[in-house]
Amino acid sequence: MGQSLQLFLQQLINGIELGSVYALIAVGYTMVYGVLKFINFAHGDVYMVGAFMGLFVVTGFAAASVDRQAMVIVLAMILLVTFLVSLRGHGRDPKRLAARIVGFGLILALLGPLVNALLAFGTRMMGGLTAAAQRSVLTGGLLALLVCIVWCALLGVLIERAAYKPIRSAGRLTALITAIGVSLLLENGGQAVFGANPRAYSLATLPGGQQLIGASLNLHLGSVALSVNRGQMIVLVAAIVLVAALLYIVQKTRLGKAMRAVAFDREAAALMGINTDTVIAFTFFLGSALAGAAGFLNYGLTQFSFDTLTGVMFGLKAFVAAVLGGIGNLGGAVLGGVIMGVAETFVAGSPFSSYKDAIAFVILIAILLFRPAGLLGRFTVEKV
Amino acid sequence: MHFPKRWLAGALLAVFALLPACNTTGGAGGGGTGGGGGRGNVVTGDTIPIGSYLSMTGSEADFGKQTNEGLSLAVDQINGSGGVKGKKIAIHLENDEGDPAKAASAVTKLITNDKVVAVVGEVASSLSLAAAPICQSNHVPMVTPSSTNVKVTQVGDYIFRVCFIDPFQAYVVAKFAHDNLKVNNAAIFVQNDSAYSKDFGEEFKKNFTQMGGTIVAEAAYAGTDTDFKGQLTKIQAARPEAILVPGYYKSVGAIAKQARELGITVPLLGGDGWDSQDIFVTAGNALEGCYFSDHMAVDQPDPTVQAFVSAYQKKYGGKPGALAALGYDAMNILADAMKRADSLDGPAIRDALAHTQNFKGVTGTITINSERNAEKPAVILQIRGREFKYVTTIQHP
Repeated sequence: MGQSLQLFLQQLINGIELGSVYALIAVGYTMVYGVLKFINFAHGDVYMVGAFMGLFVVTGFAAASVDRQAMVIVLAMILLVTFLVSLRGHGRDPKRLAARIVGFGLILALLGPLVNALLAFGTRMMGGLTAAAQRSVLTGGLLALLVCIVWCALLGVLIERAAYKPIRSAGRLTALITAIGVSLLLENGGQAVFGANPRAYSLATLPGGQQLIGASLNLHLGSVALSVNRGQMIVLVAAIVLVAALLYIVQKTRLGKAMRAVAFDREAAALMGINTDTVIAFTFFLGSALAGAAGFLNYGLTQFSFDTLTGVMFGLKAFVAAVLGGIGNLGGAVLGGVIMGVAETFVAGSPFSSYKDAIAFVILIAILLFRPAGLLGRFTVEKV
Repeated sequence: MHFPKRWLAGALLAVFALLPACNTTGGAGGGGTGGGGGRGNVVTGDTIPIGSYLSMTGSEADFGKQTNEGLSLAVDQINGSGGVKGKKIAIHLENDEGDPAKAASAVTKLITNDKVVAVVGEVASSLSLAAAPICQSNHVPMVTPSSTNVKVTQVGDYIFRVCFIDPFQAYVVAKFAHDNLKVNNAAIFVQNDSAYSKDFGEEFKKNFTQMGGTIVAEAAYAGTDTDFKGQLTKIQAARPEAILVPGYYKSVGAIAKQARELGITVPLLGGDGWDSQDIFVTAGNALEGCYFSDHMAVDQPDPTVQAFVSAYQKKYGGKPGALAALGYDAMNILADAMKRADSLDGPAIRDALAHTQNFKGVTGTITINSERNAEKPAVILQIRGREFKYVTTIQHP
């Protein structure tokens, strides 16, 4: 009895910790859905970028092993698409067209040296960060967390500005398909530049890391002795702090209030003088920041190994978590994440461990059938 | 780790590739040895054209590169000592990019365009299965250096291999765990979307329980997984003395690391899917002291192995991997068969290959059995200080 209770509690802790990572990603899906009513499918890949940024800060940019040629090709393709998009509308004016062609031609011609300069700058900057991170696990961990949060937040805003804003009036389906495109770009572009090999890093390799996260925490609950991995505990605590900070921003600050107003009715909010563009950008900023933090925390502390396609499955499960909790509802996303994590872990620990990924989609189907608005969502009739 | 769409496309291609395979298998079964009416390709010039199709780019590029190095080294040595029947061997290499459809077209080109008399390739069983039916129907003998899936040589009587097959590897690990490590209670943790890993687990279970051992826990993971703590916590609670993880190095490293974080200290066991220095990228030191079965050990105290290792080092620098050794053995067995063959055409080379007995290769003494599989020993390696160290050799039962 004592042993099975211990196993149950151990798995519960595993599940809640995994769920806290899902929750951090799920809030990003839910917030974007709240203000724009579309699913940002590139969100899972922002999480993957967070994992990579953590790797670069902790182990140095040399671990990136960047394929320069692939990077030039990927950037050239992005430029080409941007160029073609920019031809719409006023592209017919021959003078402007000529100017555009010359401009893009120049950038393309200089792309090689530009990439080299960019990489040299990145290496130098990361070198400084890594040196600082090598001082102690506390400095390194906080520094990496900060870098991941800032970088991913900016990436989120960039994605919104470059890919979603130009097509905002074109309808939700266009936005959805664009999101899938951005997702594929990040996954396969990342694979072309960084390679398909898995990467791994651990904060335990930093000075003092072994003592801080390597050791287990021994808990005694009556007759049950639990030994909990400290890395998992840190992820859980950090996730709680980050979600609390997010709730504070959304509920108590002016921007948060504006965000809720835009989610409620975008046009009315605009009429009231709210700058909806800023609010939307801010939403992407917050959501991507948490996804980046999740990527760093999860791989630096408990899971260790990832590659450029890591965001696919994780993003999908976090999306299911957001739907489960009620898409558009922040508390629902957190609840959904935890339920997903716990369900997955218990299936993994059962004789049916093969089906642990299937459980996410079984839950999704059940929710869509019996409670389409999600656990905490409100079902509303759409006004046309 | 495959994006679902690519995976689906791959699966479809594999299905299409297997359709002709089924037909040919039926035909060959009826025809027996001999090889029907065709004579394959016949050597006409001063050189013997041999085809090879390998993944020289793509995610398995390292496999192709290693195999090609072993193969080229063997060709250098054979040609250096007078060639075969007074003729030099000329290798025609085609890159299949790790794509079953391209493997099939590469082999078609080798046979119809380059008129090769025999073919060496591939590493991955799925690619060998795509190309084998074409070799079979053209009566061109094919020798795969390292496809361990049982089905490959079942395609027909022109398809041979020089590596052992998956069930044998599972037997070797079970025997080592039971006899050498004195393990009685083992757990099995397999990758459920890999036929290699699942069959390995099944065969291990069969052999290990026959030897008197008990499987105390079984669990599965998917190739795309990064979190293994749920399954590992369950395995830990069953208190095994060793855990079999017959996956690929990519997942095994992360599994080992998470197992150690959870406080699991017993050794992990595996197969040749572990054989890559990249395993340390994800595992760090978590696999210290663990064991896996493989085709060859570079530090094996065997003169044939040491001669190969030093020749390889002289030509390429660095130590050869098991795939280079298998590429080397595949070419040498083929050359040996061509020397013994009555003439240099498909059926004659095929017959000579089928009669290969006690060939002294670097991956062990090889006898080709009636199913055209190699009967040979396997080695057990231990991971110590980020290196694979030779422990023991386990013979074919």
